[in-house]
This record gives sequence, structure tokens and C-alpha cells, in this order.
Amino acid sequence: MVENRPWLNVLTHCVLVLGVIIVALPVYLAFIASTHGPTEFLQGIVPLLPGPHLLENYGEVLTQGMTTSGAPPLLNMLANSTLMALIIVVGKISISIISAYAIVYFRFPLRTLAFWVIFITLMLPVEVRIIPTFKVVADLGMLNSYAGLTIPLIASATATFLFRQFFLTVPDELMEAARVDGAGPLKFFRDILLPLSRTNIAALSVILFIYGWIQYLWPLLVTTDPKYYTIVMGIKRMATVADSDPKWNLVMAAVVLAMIPPVFVVIAMQRLFVKGLVETEK
Amino acid sequence: MQTKRTIFPNRVLPYLLLTPQMLITLIFFIWPAGQAVKSSFEREDPFGFKTQFIWFQNYTKLFADPSYLNSVGRTAVFAVSVTVISMSVSLLLAIAVNRLLRTGRIYTTLLVWPYAVAPVVAGILWWFMFNPSIGILPYLLSFAGIDWNHRVNAGNAMTLIVLASSWKQISYNFLFFVAGLQSVPQSLSEAAAIDGAGPFKRFWTIIFPLLSPTTFFLMIVNINYAMFDTFGTIDATTSGGPAQSTNILVYKVYSDGFLGLNIGSSSAQSVLLMGIVIVLTVIQFRWVERRVQY
Repeated sequence: MVENRPWLNVLTHCVLVLGVIIVALPVYLAFIASTHGPTEFLQGIVPLLPGPHLLENYGEVLTQGMTTSGAPPLLNMLANSTLMALIIVVGKISISIISAYAIVYFRFPLRTLAFWVIFITLMLPVEVRIIPTFKVVADLGMLNSYAGLTIPLIASATATFLFRQFFLTVPDELMEAARVDGAGPLKFFRDILLPLSRTNIAALSVILFIYGWIQYLWPLLVTTDPKYYTIVMGIKRMATVADSDPKWNLVMAAVVLAMIPPVFVVIAMQRLFVKGLVETEK
Repeated sequence: MQTKRTIFPNRVLPYLLLTPQMLITLIFFIWPAGQAVKSSFEREDPFGFKTQFIWFQNYTKLFADPSYLNSVGRTAVFAVSVTVISMSVSLLLAIAVNRLLRTGRIYTTLLVWPYAVAPVVAGILWWFMFNPSIGILPYLLSFAGIDWNHRVNAGNAMTLIVLASSWKQISYNFLFFVAGLQSVPQSLSEAAAIDGAGPFKRFWTIIFPLLSPTTFFLMIVNINYAMFDTFGTIDATTSGGPAQSTNILVYKVYSDGFLGLNIGSSSAQSVLLMGIVIVLTVIQFRWVERRVQY
């Protein structure tokens, strides 16, 4: 603090409180809506204070889903989302840590080419090559399966680069000492490099879990069987129907449930989350 | 390219380690991208029986198509609005948090979590608030004499998707601005304060210029976000309507190709979008290289 200016401190807090209100308002209204009965939405505007139907609404979406819009029970979709996010976390981290290891600790023909091939994936988001990617997955018979949901998403340039940067900062002496002691490349990787990468892996896991959880377009394309719906795409189906047949209380209960796991991860692991976010952009 | 001073001598192991990443990249990234390029030069008959090589016809048709040009314009308006709104709000919040010592952490926690909200969920949240029949905001706006209806009014629809997309991006920009502000040396501000510069002058003449690398980086990231990651937001709120007014490029690729089954045109649009991503990525990485010398 350079100098003391009381009015500026007051203004600072006003700005921040206003910011927090703007950020929280949409979610607050969604939560309120999820605690009311269906009749409250037939006329007038959304209530601003909680209603008495909290448990009833959440119980209904969790165990029965919304039959009118063909949405399966939310418990099922939540399980799918969790599974999808976890497979993506584990898959992305495993394949990128070993490819970073290969690129940093070995010298072999085609090394630069491999690096560029990985780099190119940054430039090809799913959104710009929807149809051909869908075709490949369909031809491989991977529609409506967990493999189809996750494998096309687990190649990652950012994770590989993060590990590459980190490996380059690991002192060369460690590897020389390991070699003198007779450790081969796999032993060195398992016993020295992997434990050293723990924090990076944890930070990256937080980011990738959120990445996996909020996927929308991809699950929308590859799943037609409600058994494999993820919650984020399932909600969209419920909301579309809600416009004509207002069951806002149930839709908003689903929205709140879809937000809880990733938001919890961000808040509970804030330090790792910030580290992961800043590091992956380097 | 950088490597270690000493390396392991194995011949086969590095290839084995790279295999999973390479396979997935080739099958699910490079091959489909190649297919998109290929079919952007072809015309497929509606039943998919035969394809015909037609050079650049898909592209020339695209640039003569008013609905594509409209989509380019809409995308520009959308991306610029999202970038400007979410970056200015975040910068303001970051400056405020940076002034505080202890309470800053609590505010940070309360501001960062929308990062974890899926774009499509952000869309539904704002769509609910702006719902013409029961939403709270149209109700308040009606007192100001504004009749809100994003189902028929193009301006309203654009406002809705801009607000929803900016809302979700605030937390990301905020974190990077806070990090940027913390790396500006305190001594510079102190020296300026001794010379009699007030807080606003200090910000505009010292802190803001020193923050320019962060600002520039965030600008690129935000344009990228607005152009490609907002698919869910749009699909949940306006689906490109009314009358194509929110049909941004990435949504048009989907609606023309996946729903409209016009493969040639959709592929040509894909290829053009890939070009945009490549340019943005190159700019972003050149910036990173420059920052290393700081």
C-alpha cells in the first residue's frame, strides 16, 4: 500500500462486492428456482426467496430424471460425467508425461517432427473439424461408448508442453547420478521423475477435470443412447423442453447439480487450480 | 530444440513412449483435418454416392453467400464485445483485489469459481434470467420501457450471448490480471507517489503500460474463447437465431454440416476456421517467446 486513502478503500470494497454479486446472481436465482414447486413459474416472475420444495425437486431429478424430455435420472448422468472427466484426466496426463519424457531425455530421428505433430493439435480444436472427426469415430464403432467419449479428447499439447518445460528444469545431475548407480530409463522415470512431478500432476489434474466435466459438443455428437449422456449435455435437452412445458424448478435443480462437482474442485483446491491455470498457458 | 546434456541411449524406447500420443493425434486430429481439407474441394451428391472435385468452388460460393458474410460480421461483433466487456470488468476487479492485503483472498475465492461452469450451463443461467415471460431482468427492464425478447429481437439475442459468455470468462481474466499486477514492482508506484502522482495517474502511466504483455495475451485468449468455446452458450440460448443474428462461424459449421448436411460448404468453413486458429496460436506463442526475455 503506497498511501492511505480511506475513500479509495471504501470504493475498492464496493467494486468487489458488486463484482461478487454480479458473478453470483445467476447461480443464486437458479438455486432459488430449484427450491420451488412447478406452479410458481406459471405466471409472473421468478421468486427471489427459497421455497419449500428443495429436497423433493432434487430427489426427483436425481432418481427419475425428466420423463417428458427423455432425460434419464441425473444420478446416472452425474456418474457418466465423473467417469468421463476422470478418464480424461488420467489419459491425458499419462500419455503426455511419457511423450514429454521421450522428447526431453532421448535423442532420436524424427524427434522434432514428433514435437511439431503434438504442437499441431493445439491448432485443431474439435469445433472446427466436427464432421470428419465424427466420421472417424463412427467408422471405428466408437459411438455410444466411454472410449468414444474420451479417447479423441485425450491428446493434449498443453499438458505435454507443461511436462517438457518442467523436465527441462530438473537438474541434469539427478539423471547422471541415477545412471552412475545403474538405473535404466524406466527406473529413473518411475523413481525420480514421477515423484518430482507430483505437484505439476496435481495442478494439471484440477484443470483437466474441469475440462472433461464441461465438455458439451463432443458428448452431444457421439452419444445418442441416454445410457451415456453426460450431465452437461443432458441439461440442454431438459431446458429445451422446459421452454414449452415449464418445469423450471427441475431444470434449475439439474443445473445446480451439474455445477457442484467442478465448482467444489476449484474452491477446495484453489491453490493448485491457480497454479495449473497459469502454468498451462506458458 | 532443447534437450538434456546427457541422454539415455535407447533406440526403441522413445518411439514406444510416443506411440499413444502419436496414434491419437494422427487418428483423431490430423486425419480428420486432412479429410476436411479434402472435402472442402469436393461436391458430394445428397446421397453420398459420388463426389466430384471442384477446386475452389466451395470457397468462392462461401464468399458470395450473404449469410456467411453476415456470420463473419456477427462473429466480429461478438468476439470484440466479449473481449472488451470481460477484460475491463476483470481488470477493475483485479486492481481492487490487488489493493487489499488480507481480504483479497476471500474475494478471489468468491470470484474465480465461474471458470468451472460449463459454457452451456452459463447459457442456461442467463437464458433463465432473461426469459421473456418469467425472467427477472425483462421484468426490471419493462419499468425502463424496454420490451425484452431475445426470441425476436436480434440486438437482444446478441446482448444475451455476449453477457453470458463474458460472465463465464471473468474469472479467467481476473486471475491472470492479478498475477500480472503482482509482478509489477511496488517500488515504481512508490517512486511515482513521492513525485506526487495520484492513484489514477499512477495506474494509467505506470501500471497499465507494464501490464501490457498480460493484456495482449488475454486479448488473444479471449478472442479464441469467444470464437470457439462459446458453442455451448449459443446452442443453449439462441441456436443462432433470430434470423441468423447470433449464428457465429463455429455454430454455422455445425448447423450447416451436421444439421444441414452440406458437407462441402461446412468443410470449407472448417478450413477457414483452422486458418484463424493457426494465426491466433502463432501470435500467442510469439508473445510467449518475447516474454521469456523480460
